[in-house]
Amino acid sequence: MKKFVLACCFLFSVLPVSAGLTPPDQLVRSVTDEVLGIVRQDPDIQHGNADKVITLVEEKVLPHFDFRRMTMLAVGRDWRDASPAQQTRLTDAFRTLLVRTYSNALTQYRDQTIAFLPLRAAPTDTTVQVRTEVRQPGAQPIAIDYVLERTDAGWKVFDVIVAGVSLVTNYRGTFSQEVRRSGIDGLIATLERRNNELAGKAAR
Amino acid sequence: MSPRKSILLRRIAVVVCGAILVGGCASTPRNPDDPLEGYNRAMFAFNENLDKVLVKPVAQVYDAVTPKPVQTGVGNFFSNLADPWIGLNNLLQGKPAEALSDWMRFMVNSVFGIFGLLDIASEAKLPKHDEDFGQTLAVWGVGEGAYFVLPFFGPRTVRDAAVLPLDLAGDEGWRPTHVPTRNSLRALDIAHTRATLLGADRALEESTFDKYIYVRDFYLQQRRYKIHDGNPPVEYEDFNGAVLPGQAPRWADVAAVAAVARLELVEPVVAAVHKSPGFEYE
Repeated sequence: MKKFVLACCFLFSVLPVSAGLTPPDQLVRSVTDEVLGIVRQDPDIQHGNADKVITLVEEKVLPHFDFRRMTMLAVGRDWRDASPAQQTRLTDAFRTLLVRTYSNALTQYRDQTIAFLPLRAAPTDTTVQVRTEVRQPGAQPIAIDYVLERTDAGWKVFDVIVAGVSLVTNYRGTFSQEVRRSGIDGLIATLERRNNELAGKAAR
Repeated sequence: MSPRKSILLRRIAVVVCGAILVGGCASTPRNPDDPLEGYNRAMFAFNENLDKVLVKPVAQVYDAVTPKPVQTGVGNFFSNLADPWIGLNNLLQGKPAEALSDWMRFMVNSVFGIFGLLDIASEAKLPKHDEDFGQTLAVWGVGEGAYFVLPFFGPRTVRDAAVLPLDLAGDEGWRPTHVPTRNSLRALDIAHTRATLLGADRALEESTFDKYIYVRDFYLQQRRYKIHDGNPPVEYEDFNGAVLPGQAPRWADVAAVAAVARLELVEPVVAAVHKSPGFEYE
């Protein structure tokens, strides 16, 4: 019952209310708190149960991401040469790859605390960067920033910057080399093959 | 130099030269952003193998036998030894307040933190900084040069590789001069640093299909972030629109921008190029 009430509170805090959209910093905070709360209480996830953690990520995290824009930024200027069908396949394949990587990182989560830094943005901004810090004893805090864009469906994350490195644009070098070598279809094939390999590995 | 040492050095030299030769033959497409790619890939492979057969196994043993609180202490200890050099670099970069904070950290942690085993200063609102002489040179306006993978030390830029001996000396200035003790400390430092990265290994292996490029771009991006003390200029382009007529062929402009970025003895300022109409910077 308590969980249900909590879930409702979370739901209403995320749904756009009449006063406007959930502010981006609140959105990041509530999603982070909820997901880490679940990870903390789930020994399966802590032991690296890939299916369980991927389900969690797909349910709670993915709705707040704009994967099309992420893929466009990762592919860079070759994006223009891709047909709409190719763009969709690229987006799907990149999403699968990112979800797996991100899920993997979640299974590594133990006792770190997340600090939410004050938002530096004007109310009229349509792109904001929400800054967080992962703090752990005996190590420098790691900055994790989420870059969000305001859309009709609420604020959507389109970049995650870990310790100064954009997880999205960092793929650009790899992707453009692949496109140079074997075209956009080659990149799609490589991404899909990689995803299959990883899925196969996880199933074993 | 003792004869044994010189033989070892000669062996290393042979390995390095071999790697360069192999790299020269590699049929990797040339990338104007990475003119040393052939050599770099060979050296990257050498480092990866060294890691696989030696460094990683040692780090795994260290991680398994050392209790977490001890690891925290080891990390704090080495981090503390680096603070005076970090402070000096902050001063050289014109940040006296940060420099003072670094030196305060060193004193507080050395005295009250039992030779740096405890990081009391962080709790006392003296945050840890990350500076080195390569970053100081960048602030002074020296360009980074090409990406350059060093044997043993891994990714660098030419600028940072050139001042590495100075950075090592600055970092280790406080360490004992007794050679066996100093070497044991170095080994512990390496094992500890590698152990902190064990969790990231799998994610790195899985998330990319060309580890060399991923690591290179990661290093370069993070380097710029550190030089700008965590506030690098970021631009998000839109690749949805049609290619504008009259735009230069992509390789030509990429090469031109890369060449200009290297000629300018400053961090490339992307924004100015980006805003000019009809030109998309990648």
